[in-house]
Amino acid sequence: MKKTTKQSRARSAAGDRPVDSLRLDGNAAAGMLREVFVPDLTAGRAKCAGCGTTRSIGALHVYSHGMGMVVRCPACDGVVLRVARTPTRVWLDARGAISIVISGEN
Amino acid sequence: MTPISRGFRGRRQPEGAAARLPPGQYETRDFPVLSAGPTPRTPLSVWDLTLRSPDGQSARWTWDEFVALPREKITVDIHCVTKWSKFGTSWEGIAIDTLISAAAARGVKTASYVMARSDGGYTTNVPLADLTNGKGWIAFNYGDAPLPPEHGGPARLLVPHLYFWKSAKWVRELRFMENDTPGFWESLGYHNYGDPWREQRYAGDE
Amino acid sequence: MTARAPATRIEWRLATVVDALPETPSTRTLRLDVPGWPGHRAGQHVDVRLTAQDGYQAERSYSIASAPEDDKLALTVERLDDGEVSPYLTEELRAGDKLELRGPIGGYFVWDVPIGGPLFLVGGGSGIVPLMAMIRHRNSCLAAGDREARKKLPARLLYSSRGWDEVIYRDELAALAAKDPTLEVVHTLTRNPPDGWTGFHRRIDRAMLDEVAWPASDNPRVFVCGPTPLVEAVASTLVDPV
Repeated sequence: MKKTTKQSRARSAAGDRPVDSLRLDGNAAAGMLREVFVPDLTAGRAKCAGCGTTRSIGALHVYSHGMGMVVRCPACDGVVLRVARTPTRVWLDARGAISIVISGEN
Repeated sequence: MTPISRGFRGRRQPEGAAARLPPGQYETRDFPVLSAGPTPRTPLSVWDLTLRSPDGQSARWTWDEFVALPREKITVDIHCVTKWSKFGTSWEGIAIDTLISAAAARGVKTASYVMARSDGGYTTNVPLADLTNGKGWIAFNYGDAPLPPEHGGPARLLVPHLYFWKSAKWVRELRFMENDTPGFWESLGYHNYGDPWREQRYAGDE
Repeated sequence: MTARAPATRIEWRLATVVDALPETPSTRTLRLDVPGWPGHRAGQHVDVRLTAQDGYQAERSYSIASAPEDDKLALTVERLDDGEVSPYLTEELRAGDKLELRGPIGGYFVWDVPIGGPLFLVGGGSGIVPLMAMIRHRNSCLAAGDREARKKLPARLLYSSRGWDEVIYRDELAALAAKDPTLEVVHTLTRNPPDGWTGFHRRIDRAMLDEVAWPASDNPRVFVCGPTPLVEAVASTLVDPV
């Protein structure tokens, strides 16, 4: 079985995002999530409250254009996580995840 | 202490634009696309628009019925909370006043607050008073062409005196509410009202 | 060996630009001194924050190009003409300037030697950057001349660029492949191949992957980084994204 790990370039060397690739992958959420959580969530797995699919957070779809970060399930497009940063706070809405499982090792 | 990045200016506005710009905004000639999800592409044959009373009474227009209502042309400046402003954008659409009058004839009663709901699940809340008396439209042409899907086509709410996230793309329903309820961004740290001239960007501003 | 990110919230740090070297006409590598840098894993990225005189701030993410073993942290940045941050990083910034960054970030797109191989890397344009960190890390870890270690961990890179002048790390990749028979570098040029080019001259497609990739029975570790259409096309061909 092959394990393929992928990453959209929009957040690799070219941090200024081209307009033609509005969607990123879950790696793009890592920085903002690290403002809320001590462990790195992108290596963890989330179960979508919409359709029950479980995936690596790094493999979810991220829409991140200005106002905040909306992390969606690739299977059903449902919102799994939302994160917004205001000057003094970080807002997290995880209602779209039934569970988030993170490795206990570090 | 935040160090200054020598020689970094970011996207700055040209001189002269200042008076027309709300605080903290810069002028852009582009039309940036911000999206919280995939772009819905609802065929016009199944598209409809609904106005709904608090009691559940509703009025519905198909696309053909909707575009047959009296139209207005609007030229306005728009201001996005991510700090770009675009001057002199031209739209064509149906005034919310027109829709409310037509809906009233079908028994739909208004209330003090409105929740706009879009294809893809996006929502935003606006006081009724900010949509009526010529302050709000549902726009379907941009420039002289049909509004492209990435900018909210076939039709989007247009409330230009508030930050542009209130001008919900892909709008399908206006629901009147007795009590104010926060929408998608309003429940995630953004300001409930969003007046660019008072720089009401975030919850707690003002 | 590889340092792990510490289990604390990440802080903004003030880096100093040691030097800024052009890679291609549109990309530049920034080498940075970062006091207190906790180390990183190949494939991770950092957030960079710029602050204008009036307090205006802009923040972007950039992949780390250097191996964890390298003494300086390196970022390779591609200039986007309509960008706000990348033109500054690729043109304005110079040695001695300060730059705020935080990281390392990302625990999903990472590879290090203990994960094993064979390693199959597919990159498009500036998507090469985190893959280069993996190649450099592999090279640092496998002692020079240790044929047995290299044989256990062979690596292939399939790298799509528009033209030959736009191939980032072109000379370094050639030098590494020349001295390491277990590292294969395959280029494809989508637009302007030079005269006499005998390599691939098209976008990455199924036939190319069939020719270059390890068979599934070899259980390769596959990393794909590039523009979204390339990533989606390659990933759907190679089945089974996690």
